Amino acid sequence: MTRHSHRVRSAGVELAVTDSGIPAGHPDAPTLILVHGYPDNSETWLPVVGRLESRYRVVTYDVRGAGASTAPKGRSGYTLDLLVEDLAAVMDTVSPHRPVHLVGHDWGSIQLWEAVTAEHLTHRIASFTSISGPCLDHVAFWVRRRLRPRLRGLRQLFVQSLRSWYVAAFHLPGAVLFWQIGGAGLVTRALRMADEWPDATAVSPTLASDGAHGINLYRANVLVRGARPRERRTDLPVQLIVPVGDRFVTPALLDDTGLWCTNLWRRDVPGWHWLIRHEPDRVARWISELIDHVEPPDPDPGSDQTATRSPLDRLRVGRELPDRGKVVVVTGAGSGIGRQTSLAFAERGAEIVAADIDADAAARTATLCRDLGAPATHHQVDVGDAEAMEALAKAVERDHGGADIVVNNAGIGMAGPLLDTSTEDWERVLRVNLWGVIHGSRLFGQQMSARGEGGHIVNVASMAAFTPSRSYPAYATSKAAVLMLSECLRAELADASIGVTAICPGVVNTGIVSATRFVGVGDAEQQRRRTVTNRLYARRGFTPEKVADAIVRSVDRNRPVVPVALEAQVMRLVSRLAPRTTRRLARIDPTTRL
Amino acid sequence: MRLMLPLNNGTVADVTHAPPWQPTPDELDRFREVQQLAYRGAEEVAGGLEPGITEKETAGRMRTWLQDRGVEDWFHLPFAWFGDRTAFRNFRQPFQFFPTGRRLEEGMPYILDCAPVRDGFTADIGYAGSLGPNAVLDRIVGDLAEHRRLILNQVRDRRPLREIYEAVDRLAARQGFDNRHRAYPFRVIAHQVHRLPPGRGPVVGRFGLRSLRQLARTVRVGMQQGWSPLWADGRFSNHPPTPGLWAVEPHLGLRGVGAKFEELLVVTNDDAFWLDDDLPHVRRWAAPAAHTEVQAVEA
Repeated sequence: MTRHSHRVRSAGVELAVTDSGIPAGHPDAPTLILVHGYPDNSETWLPVVGRLESRYRVVTYDVRGAGASTAPKGRSGYTLDLLVEDLAAVMDTVSPHRPVHLVGHDWGSIQLWEAVTAEHLTHRIASFTSISGPCLDHVAFWVRRRLRPRLRGLRQLFVQSLRSWYVAAFHLPGAVLFWQIGGAGLVTRALRMADEWPDATAVSPTLASDGAHGINLYRANVLVRGARPRERRTDLPVQLIVPVGDRFVTPALLDDTGLWCTNLWRRDVPGWHWLIRHEPDRVARWISELIDHVEPPDPDPGSDQTATRSPLDRLRVGRELPDRGKVVVVTGAGSGIGRQTSLAFAERGAEIVAADIDADAAARTATLCRDLGAPATHHQVDVGDAEAMEALAKAVERDHGGADIVVNNAGIGMAGPLLDTSTEDWERVLRVNLWGVIHGSRLFGQQMSARGEGGHIVNVASMAAFTPSRSYPAYATSKAAVLMLSECLRAELADASIGVTAICPGVVNTGIVSATRFVGVGDAEQQRRRTVTNRLYARRGFTPEKVADAIVRSVDRNRPVVPVALEAQVMRLVSRLAPRTTRRLARIDPTTRL
Repeated sequence: MRLMLPLNNGTVADVTHAPPWQPTPDELDRFREVQQLAYRGAEEVAGGLEPGITEKETAGRMRTWLQDRGVEDWFHLPFAWFGDRTAFRNFRQPFQFFPTGRRLEEGMPYILDCAPVRDGFTADIGYAGSLGPNAVLDRIVGDLAEHRRLILNQVRDRRPLREIYEAVDRLAARQGFDNRHRAYPFRVIAHQVHRLPPGRGPVVGRFGLRSLRQLARTVRVGMQQGWSPLWADGRFSNHPPTPGLWAVEPHLGLRGVGAKFEELLVVTNDDAFWLDDDLPHVRRWAAPAAHTEVQAVEA
């Protein structure tokens, strides 16, 4: 690939433009313009450009005052109007007739917002991907909306203000001098120490002058826009890529963007402000997802992919159904909590993958999900079988592009004294209840982590996880392990923005009792105990549907451990506040009263 | 101990060992007529439903329609439930069953339920439908057919009513639905229906007082004799089917959609049968099959 550079004149400056040219074999390739932020220059895009230029014509340029472009005199040369003029000049040169796709990071994104919301340029722009750079006018309105005495809003405002300290600092008289007398080195070191800049990134030789000139971006625009914001709207397709660990632009700052854009997608991803340096692979993929959505490439003649599902569906802001486009995998989906959880997510528009050891039951769940209007498929899977689970994970990745939410729900019951529980009984209950969760968590956790777009894993434990009893030791042991596994996994996956929730239901009227083995008694007595216990469960009347609703809520709010049903909540409290009581209760053997 | 009860005609009778009341063939014809009338009323009112109509207005239309055709008393006044109210989610108080100002919208499921009494003969029917297509409702209504067969077969086998109730629960769970009849007072899936003297009586809380008194009397007799005219899943229903007329109403739900049918089941000393097979839901189940038959003939 040969990139060539040329210079474009615009409003008193000369811009250094780099053009990757039309890629071989793609004469109709769309054109992208990537605009860098502060205190960078266009070199910051190099890793991303390298991953895009085989499919698209990729253009970058140094913003006025940065890199190899010339700098205007004084701060008045840095207003957003002039920056938009620069962009228009570049567009005139590289793609005068066909609309271009814009991508901006930090201040690059801020100026592109200005262009995207300017009516005279609308017909020149095909799409916009914004990374860590909000529209200044939107920010001003965002602040105003949060000046009302509402705790949540004020907290968001407070946090964002703390992180914007440098904006204030740039308005102080010594700011330019700081860059000129060696501030660049300090900044580089600080950003590397804070993990913002990967060590491998080369420091641009022009960093000191880029930083010094760029201060004018703040001085020329921030206060002006803050004092008199205008309502800037657009119907163009806009994608927000939001690194949740951004130290400068908090994710909450973009919460109101939907008010201004009719065609908005938002992607909250693990990462920091300089995501484009850390994760060029992912950033390039996400950019191309929007471009391919707007200008679908010719279908690959070899594949029979007829699905019209776009990977962007689940990211749409203001979608009617909150989980539209998300892929939800549920194990044990053929009955009880698993089936109801599938239905609950289906009602929210998610695409359901229903897995169960009973293929007919799983198929029935998928049918009901489709009745609710959601796409659904089913798989026959024994969760205790590592190979079968691997096959499931592979199928989900291949056919659905990976899972967004996984509910490890499959479980069986086991009751009776530990001394009567045989090795086979132990192996059976651990295989399904524990190994099933281990496989599901591990395989799908790896998949989500590799995709790098977050996700959620729900493991269905039980109130037995914190309620010891002499009457179900094997079951309680397996569920306690699931609870601990979930807590550990939550810590491990937090950096990848993958939530993990352990659900601890109490007495729920499902088929689990009928699938429970009562050890140490004959067949007739076993049947009798099942009948009697089933009646008790029916009398309690807590439906699996309520557990499903709790699971949906827990995913929404990323809760760590959720006891469901009053008895579970009470026992959770008792086990923490009065463990001696828990131990005394554990000695009661309810089976003698059945 | 003897059980003396006042009857509707003003006399007092010793009912300690009285066998359960059973209708004669002529009486069954009259019950069938009222049931047909009630279903016709439900179908006509359902056919006239339009977006924006409220539950109260719908229940009122049913009431007027039936009163115009000779209905003078009620087991209960008409009920109408729209949208997710058809699934009785979070219904805890009896008044939550009463018609509300909820308005019907396109695609919403609804249930119409009325229990008119004409000349002392009672019907108690339930009619489920939707305004425009609703895949979930169609699924539930279609699958209720299996429940109608199951109930009849198990009653014929003289299984304890409690176990039949549990079998219905298991079938519903297998189908993926949940039992919504347990939201009814006393969790009943069915209750007995009796012949009343012609005439009318007061209506209290939408229920006809004469019918309620009759039911209460039967409850007392049943308690003395070890059975209950209220068919639920408790130990009171742990007995073989009692001869008489039962209004059976399996009510199933999936998320925010509920559906049921309700019709009279005739139980004799050694057999059982549905009072009438010419009912809207039964015709609906038969419809696709009939369609295939026609095609087969044409082929």
